[in-house]
Amino acid sequence: MIQLLLEMLSYPFLVRALTVGLLVALCASLLGVSLVLKRFSMIGDGLSHVGFGALAIASVLNVAPLYLAIPVCIAASFLLLRLSESTRIKGDAAIAMLSAGSLAVGVMVVSMTTGMNTDVYNYMFGSILSLSKEDAVLSIVLCALVLVLFVLFYPRLFAVTFDESFARATGIPTSAYNAALAVLSSVTVVLGMRMMGALLISSLVIFPVLSAMRVGKRYRTVTILSAVIAIAGFLIGMLVSYAYEAPSGASIVCVNIALFLLFAVAGGVLNAVRKN
Amino acid sequence: MPMILVQNASFRYDGREVVRELDFSVERGDYLCVVGENGSGKSTLVKGLLGLKSPASGTIAFGDGLSAREIGYLPQQKDTQRDFPASVMEVVLSGTLNSLGLRPFYTKKQRGLAMEQLGRVGMDDLKNACFRELSGGQQQRALLARALAATQKLLILDEPVAGLDPLATQEMYRLIEEINRAHGVTILMVSHDIHAAVQEAKHILHLENRQLFFGTAADYRNSEVGRRFLDSADCVGSAQNGGWADRAV
Repeated sequence: MIQLLLEMLSYPFLVRALTVGLLVALCASLLGVSLVLKRFSMIGDGLSHVGFGALAIASVLNVAPLYLAIPVCIAASFLLLRLSESTRIKGDAAIAMLSAGSLAVGVMVVSMTTGMNTDVYNYMFGSILSLSKEDAVLSIVLCALVLVLFVLFYPRLFAVTFDESFARATGIPTSAYNAALAVLSSVTVVLGMRMMGALLISSLVIFPVLSAMRVGKRYRTVTILSAVIAIAGFLIGMLVSYAYEAPSGASIVCVNIALFLLFAVAGGVLNAVRKN
Repeated sequence: MPMILVQNASFRYDGREVVRELDFSVERGDYLCVVGENGSGKSTLVKGLLGLKSPASGTIAFGDGLSAREIGYLPQQKDTQRDFPASVMEVVLSGTLNSLGLRPFYTKKQRGLAMEQLGRVGMDDLKNACFRELSGGQQQRALLARALAATQKLLILDEPVAGLDPLATQEMYRLIEEINRAHGVTILMVSHDIHAAVQEAKHILHLENRQLFFGTAADYRNSEVGRRFLDSADCVGSAQNGGWADRAV
């Protein structure tokens, strides 16, 4: 396995893919802890579809994809946050509508101009070849910001995630934290979807934290475990993808499914042991 | 000046008046129960007191050394908390955030404060327990400790016994009474349980989209509105008991 990894590292484009992927997976899993626990999982999914629409339009207009997709996704994330904060059922439906709508618009725009080519296919299912140097720089900046937020604001972030009304009552600017989460999630999703694909990126947000929650009983354990699972899942997924020449996005998701099942069983066993 | 002074206040949502003619005060050491039907404006009033919503007219003023950030709050439980992975200590510590200032992490002071509050609600041996695995009564006690960690002056409790079994309900009322009597913490409690309210509280505030009654619990019992409400609560009391958990959402 180590030999396989060394072999992968001899390709410069794979080194870049591994760097960007690892950082994005780490960010997604940390942000995922807050998003999943705040019942915002669907927002990650909605954002990736909006991102797809934006990328499709950008490629038709010949604009640098990130410059269009990131602002559009940030705007969409604020909209989605507001929607899910209002009446719950309406918010759910609105997210589904926005997801499918953006996907459809993206497909329409592309098929009427350049036709459904490999670019579109790559946006949907991801390609490690699509990552640029810019992506690498951006993912390093993003990762630094997310880590700062999670380390320096850890107690406050916990309070906002656990109970927003209490946090607001004790004077924490909860909307600022929600906005930070929305912006960072948007950038993470846009960066990650080029590698994982619009249809698969939300798995990076959701799977690690759900796996961690099977065994973790404390917020801190779940946060750290979630990051570790995300990194392990990504590396194993990339190895699988390289060894079997499988698409990277799907390989990573499949590894994450396996990890989830593993942790679910481990959680069950742990609970049974504790009870006895 | 009393701790809270509300003068001729009203609240609106989307231009629609939810509650009006609010005129009452809360003194230090008081135990005030806010009663009324669903949608009568109780939760809106709580939001107003917490500064989450400003009154459309009238004023809410704090006095007697109380500032707007020194209010401990026990919100209605949300279903998102039912599967939240957190230890009891992590939850209670989050109540001490307003004493953290600009420091990023908890210090010994916050930990000590949290432990002290856990002791007051009789949960010190459960500090490392997982919050989601506690019983409903224990969860409420942990959240009460969190509210106490935020302040020693005023607690606002929103339906603190909603969804609890009778034993846990009694224990919760006993704790609240002790916190009020022995520690001098002022209590403002929103409740459906009118009978417990007149028994436990010193003052009653009855809302029906406007203020119907404000005065002592004894006066309330003899007032027309109080008698009417107590009687009607008798008729539907048993049905309501089962319905709290659903309504609390």
